[in-house]
Amino acid sequence: MTTTAENPANAEDRRRRDRRPARPKKSDRAKAEARLGWMLAGPAFVVMLAVTAYPIAQAIFDSLFSYRLTAPDERSFIFLDNYLLLFTDGTFWRIFGVTLLITVITVAVELVLGFGLAIVMHKALKSLRGLLRTSILVPYGIITVVSAFAWYYMFHINSGFVNQWFSWVPGIDSDLDWFANFWTAITVIMASEIWKTTPFIALLLLAGLAQVPDELVEAARVDGATRWQQYSRVIIPNMKAAIMVALLFRALDAFRIFDNVFIMTGGDANTEVLALLAYRQSISRLEIGLGSAVSVVLFISVLLMVFVAIKLFKVDLASGTDASGGGKKKKATRKEGQS
Amino acid sequence: MASITLKNIVKKYGDGYPAVNDVSIDIDDGEFVILVGPSGCGKSTLLRMIVGLEDITDGELLIGGERVNEKAPRDRNLAMVFQNYALYPHLTVFENIAFPMRLAKGQFSEDEVKEKVNQAAKLLELTEHLERKPGNLSGGQRQRVAMGRAIVRDANAFLFDEPLSNLDAKLRGQMRAEISRLQRSLNTTSVYVTHDQTEAMTLGDRVAVLKKGVLQQIASPRELYEQPANLFVAGFIGAPSMNFLPGTVETNSAGNPCLSTPLGEIELPEHLAAAGKDKEIVLAGIRPEFFEEASQVEERRRGHGSVISAELSHVEWLGNEQYGYIGYENDPRVVETLQRLAEDMDSDDLRTQLVVALDAMSRVRGGDTIDLWVETRRIHLFDPATGENLTRDAEAGAELTRLAAEDRKRDRERQASRD
Amino acid sequence: MAGSSGLTGRQKLGWAAVSVVILVYALFPVAAIFANSFKTQADLGNPTFWPSNWTWGNYQEIFVGGAQELFLTALRNSIGITLIATFIAVVLATLCAYAIARMDFPGKRFVLGTALAVSIFPVISVVTPLFNLWRTIGLYDTWLGLIIPYLSLTLPISIWTLSAFFRQIPWELEQAAQVDGATQWQAFRKAIVPLAAPGVFTTAIIAFFIAWNDFVYGISLTSTEAARPVPAALAFFTGASQFEEPTGAISAAAIVVTIPVVLLVLLFQRQIVSGLTQGAVKG
Repeated sequence: MTTTAENPANAEDRRRRDRRPARPKKSDRAKAEARLGWMLAGPAFVVMLAVTAYPIAQAIFDSLFSYRLTAPDERSFIFLDNYLLLFTDGTFWRIFGVTLLITVITVAVELVLGFGLAIVMHKALKSLRGLLRTSILVPYGIITVVSAFAWYYMFHINSGFVNQWFSWVPGIDSDLDWFANFWTAITVIMASEIWKTTPFIALLLLAGLAQVPDELVEAARVDGATRWQQYSRVIIPNMKAAIMVALLFRALDAFRIFDNVFIMTGGDANTEVLALLAYRQSISRLEIGLGSAVSVVLFISVLLMVFVAIKLFKVDLASGTDASGGGKKKKATRKEGQS
Repeated sequence: MASITLKNIVKKYGDGYPAVNDVSIDIDDGEFVILVGPSGCGKSTLLRMIVGLEDITDGELLIGGERVNEKAPRDRNLAMVFQNYALYPHLTVFENIAFPMRLAKGQFSEDEVKEKVNQAAKLLELTEHLERKPGNLSGGQRQRVAMGRAIVRDANAFLFDEPLSNLDAKLRGQMRAEISRLQRSLNTTSVYVTHDQTEAMTLGDRVAVLKKGVLQQIASPRELYEQPANLFVAGFIGAPSMNFLPGTVETNSAGNPCLSTPLGEIELPEHLAAAGKDKEIVLAGIRPEFFEEASQVEERRRGHGSVISAELSHVEWLGNEQYGYIGYENDPRVVETLQRLAEDMDSDDLRTQLVVALDAMSRVRGGDTIDLWVETRRIHLFDPATGENLTRDAEAGAELTRLAAEDRKRDRERQASRD
Repeated sequence: MAGSSGLTGRQKLGWAAVSVVILVYALFPVAAIFANSFKTQADLGNPTFWPSNWTWGNYQEIFVGGAQELFLTALRNSIGITLIATFIAVVLATLCAYAIARMDFPGKRFVLGTALAVSIFPVISVVTPLFNLWRTIGLYDTWLGLIIPYLSLTLPISIWTLSAFFRQIPWELEQAAQVDGATQWQAFRKAIVPLAAPGVFTTAIIAFFIAWNDFVYGISLTSTEAARPVPAALAFFTGASQFEEPTGAISAAAIVVTIPVVLLVLLFQRQIVSGLTQGAVKG
């Protein structure tokens, strides 16, 4: 069969096959393919840029102004004064700290819980797997606001049953208003966040687990590994990539926490977080300048986290050779101490 | 090091079908035993039961005389080389080999670990690769790392699960020799699973042939070849496989006992004729190399055989040898048996052609009709109904296996005196 | 791990216990708000889990009662905006992922990188400028004003998921079909579409979940019933009187918007899991 009329699909494929032995002839085809490629990928690309790159540039620009929407005429360039205002304000640092606290604790708990869930699903029989997957997908799919309300009402001083059910726990009684003070409020906020997002981590880790060859685990068993050693020495080191991806994605997500706090406390009891601060400055108070500054700080924090993660990744990958010996010894001695 | 004893081992999965059925094998201390059979014969399951990765449904497994059915793999002190090597990709070659010692925390000092790994590396010519990750090694090197991990263990036995199946043919030959050398020098009890009968024949002190979870025969390679217990073993061992020619035992015009086959009459020695004469039909097992061009046969051997005349359909010249193919009409009474045999052996071709080994120098071509001499004293007759070898000489077989054991003992002594 | 049987009684019991724990974990908060939605106003003050007498009152309130205006329009907004945003995202992502999976063009990795960058972008960071811009150009408080930012949520993950799916499709089938005598269109239609459809469908479900879940844009870029989606509307529910918490109505509304989620999960759990993990693991 000769397809002289250019069939794009065929052309691409032929090109793919031809790619390795580079031939001078391909440049025309390559050009046509590049054009078609960009025609297909272009719209999505443009939309993505338009709804993120432009606004963030605008936000950076706005953050350099004293700009209040109620008084647009008084807009004036103040350079970094908005940032200065933030960084010299104790409240801002408290809010930053709360956000960080939520991020660290939720991600740590989710990682442990998620790993447990992943192991259960990995080991579960086929017949159970469907049921387990279905049930953990419910928290994943549910609207965060709904989850926030659900947890809010459970702990609510009037309509909640938690105070009654757990009244035997020291410190809990029917008069406890969880949302009136920081630690109790933040606990419920984090519980709701953890409940909703652990399934996602569990699924990512499950995929990671599935990629560790069974044979490797069997080899470790024959080599004399205890169950704990199978995980600590073979399985976890071999799913590091999956763990890091899950960790990074969740950390970035947790750092942007908004819905739960908005619904449960609205930032009261010192539970305000960065995203809520940005929202209140710009949307509620129409302080576009200051609000933009908070937005930019949030954005830069996220960028930093990604940067650090990638940096860590690289360090990890490069130093894998020498790190494995040293790290191992440390772990071994620690475990000896335990047993 | 230890002996391994399998007593009536049974493995049943959920569906109740026995993957391994009533297998009993005694493996001596230091012996190299091969488990061989087509895929699905239960050989890997058997190995995994020995090492403890599969539960034993019924029967008893003894290692060094001690029952280990309920023991976890880590408590059996066995070393295993996996099909895909199962190297830990996150560890260097050194750490891969050291892994079992690192797990047994406290038992080995850092110096001991180093010494043992270096020793193993030297034995396996891995010294210059110790700091590399498995991902950067060639297939053969990975294979050697996997063996290194087994060696440093002072394990009771080595278990190999098709360790060479991922290597190309040339490397496979090389690694085969290496495994054989290592096993002889370390003198560690070894069980080796393969579907490749060349590996089985070259490596094993004894070879256990399995079919559908049932042990068919366990014997030295020579005994398997010369005195197969049944049709399956006879067909499975040897390449190209044994020909199975249907025939009936009769008396020819000269008054001698003979086998009447689709390719003519083949005179039979008395003892063969006696074994087959009560059967309505038998299958004559004739290996390709039992044939020779009649004109080439030396006078003194001629009496041990019989001559048939046949037309070659085609020949294959392989340089060092040459095979001729002869088509014939199969007897409908044995078609079913042979078909079942082909299925059992995992080969789908129902053979209705005879393969004969010819001298590589011969100039015969397809279409030629030639006189073939067949060495009748080595023929076996099989009962198509049961597959049983009607002419097996158990004593001669046992003698072959006894000789093999003696050879091994001699090897070992030679090795010991060298060390 | 081995065959399905051969479990001892204790193992079976263990698995049953583990399953119950996970089921309770996953469903308990949903059950709690479900129970709330059937409580009377008086009951909502009692610290009990289940209602003492079940009532449809809260559902009446949001469908035909006082909260009808607020809820039904919000529900219509949510459904309309989410479906349109999902549809556009999946169409654009399909084209983009096809190009990424099958073609070689300069900047291919850059497109994927952009998708990744956008997916980790803090929504709140772009809300302020969008809020400002939308007010200027008249998109504030309109469907389109939400659909566009929703694309920033749904497009990146759709592109990643679909690229992963498309890379697995044996594209030679298209040529095989042509060799077998199919026209180019038939080959695409009969060989490729059936293979690609499940991936596209799965991606659509995941994109739907994400758009359906949005709160930040919903609450920031709307001000009236004209475009306000349900999650945002829930925050604006008020009780029958100033001193009455709208707990019952909110719970009922929450259950209503959870139904599609539960249905999709029940019907397509396998696909959702494979879609979620594929995009992420390959990324």
